Amino acid sequence: MEIGPYLMLASLEGAVTAAVLALTAVGLSLVFGVMRVVNVAHGEFFMLGAVLAWWVATSLGGHPAIGFAAALIVAPVLVGLIAAAADMTILKRLEYDPERTIVATIGLLYIIQQITLMTYGPDARPVEPPFNTRLALPWVEWGESGPALYWPWGLGTTTYKLAVIGAAGVVLVGVWGLMTRTRIGLVMRATQLDREMAQAFGIPVERVYALVFGLGAALAALGAVLVVPIQQAHYLMGHDPLLLSFIVVIVGGLGSLPGTVVAAVLIGMSDGIISVFFTPTLAKILATLLVALVLVFRPQGLFGARPA
Amino acid sequence: MLRLDGMETGYGAVKVLRGLSLTVESGEIHCLLGRNGAGKTTTMKAITGLLPLWAGRIEMDGTDIGTLPAHQRARHGVGYIPQGRRLFTELTVAQNLEIGLMTRGSGREVRERALDLFPRLRERMHQRAQTLSGGEQQMLATARALCIEPKALLLDEPTEGLQPSMIEVIRSAIVRLRDQGVAILLVEQRIDAVLSVADRVTFIEAGHGRETRAAADLSAHHEVIDRYLGV
Repeated sequence: MEIGPYLMLASLEGAVTAAVLALTAVGLSLVFGVMRVVNVAHGEFFMLGAVLAWWVATSLGGHPAIGFAAALIVAPVLVGLIAAAADMTILKRLEYDPERTIVATIGLLYIIQQITLMTYGPDARPVEPPFNTRLALPWVEWGESGPALYWPWGLGTTTYKLAVIGAAGVVLVGVWGLMTRTRIGLVMRATQLDREMAQAFGIPVERVYALVFGLGAALAALGAVLVVPIQQAHYLMGHDPLLLSFIVVIVGGLGSLPGTVVAAVLIGMSDGIISVFFTPTLAKILATLLVALVLVFRPQGLFGARPA
Repeated sequence: MLRLDGMETGYGAVKVLRGLSLTVESGEIHCLLGRNGAGKTTTMKAITGLLPLWAGRIEMDGTDIGTLPAHQRARHGVGYIPQGRRLFTELTVAQNLEIGLMTRGSGREVRERALDLFPRLRERMHQRAQTLSGGEQQMLATARALCIEPKALLLDEPTEGLQPSMIEVIRSAIVRLRDQGVAILLVEQRIDAVLSVADRVTFIEAGHGRETRAAADLSAHHEVIDRYLGV
């Protein structure tokens, strides 16, 4: 088989990675943008989303679609509430000091991870996808009678993977709409631009922070629920999303949502393609190298505003 | 009426205000004069709640607002126009005003009245605040504070760095607000500008309110000004 079908297959896998990564990274970017908090526990909120999805899906039983649909709502909401509670009880008491919040979220990372290990255990457990029809994909071949379609063996995807890409797109458009078209989005942006002036104009900044921290964690959890039928839930699964999200947020420009999405697509696609043709380790090495280059040549990120 | 009584506050362990008391009547322009570091801006930050009050009371029409968090003080009608304007730079003119309107749930007619004072802003509604000229930014900062329908307005060096024609626009807007019954606390460096608009002047020195005089009185007694501001 020629290279074309392989590339298409790798791109599809990459697109799934990119979709989930975009959701997770936008959550991280939102928290950093509005609150100036580097949330090291972000990957654990992702993991918690996957584990809660397994718990909801197995305790409901019945058709896989019912459990999955319930998990899609319950897991992000629960994770969002846990994060908002962590914000109000921990980060608020630290007065959102940049250094101390890093240490605090590292602590939060281990607490969430170990509680999951003690309750859920060390096993990786799958969640059944709500639908999973295999789709064979065609490729073009130039024969004697001009171009013709054929179906190479092994070239295909599943309806579920396509649905993940679509769902992530819908949610991202929703987040964009929330930030630019609604009052609560306006309040969040005003808080981001000048916290003191926001307070002087009646914005309850502490409540906005709890909301943003919860929303950021819920986005990570949502990404995890989408990926758990492909990847399985495990208590250590938060590491890669955390690392990749940081890479994406730095490459895209700290606090810039469009930059974050573009960088997620770039990193996710290349991660998928390089993993298929070479090894996943090489993909991580190259992504980290890209961060180093961005930090040297364009420290504000691809889409970040240059500080005045 | 805005009444400050024995106000104390500071930064970290450093006390800046040491028992400042003064009253700004409704329909009065009350000016704070003092050397750099005397505590003028600190007074304003303490009134808005951006600095915590260590001791003393802040009363707005008889209600103690000094114990409330900053965002609730704005809802009691404290409008703040800070030094350097501090607009929400990446938001449009309309969005900056919208945030002012949201503070106390004011209606559209409040925004229209604010814009009537500064018609030039109407042509700039969908422009980002950072693209405005300095004078237009000051107009927007003022209009934004007016959108909360303030009972008391705190202005920190509103004419700093503006050209004379723009200073006149801001000055006449302040006078109109006074005539509408707003209690105005003004910090201003230029003595001539103070004496032409202020009703009363309080001299502040090392965090104490030293003396309150009628502005008309001061023009005749320039030695008082020299005592507190002279080098």
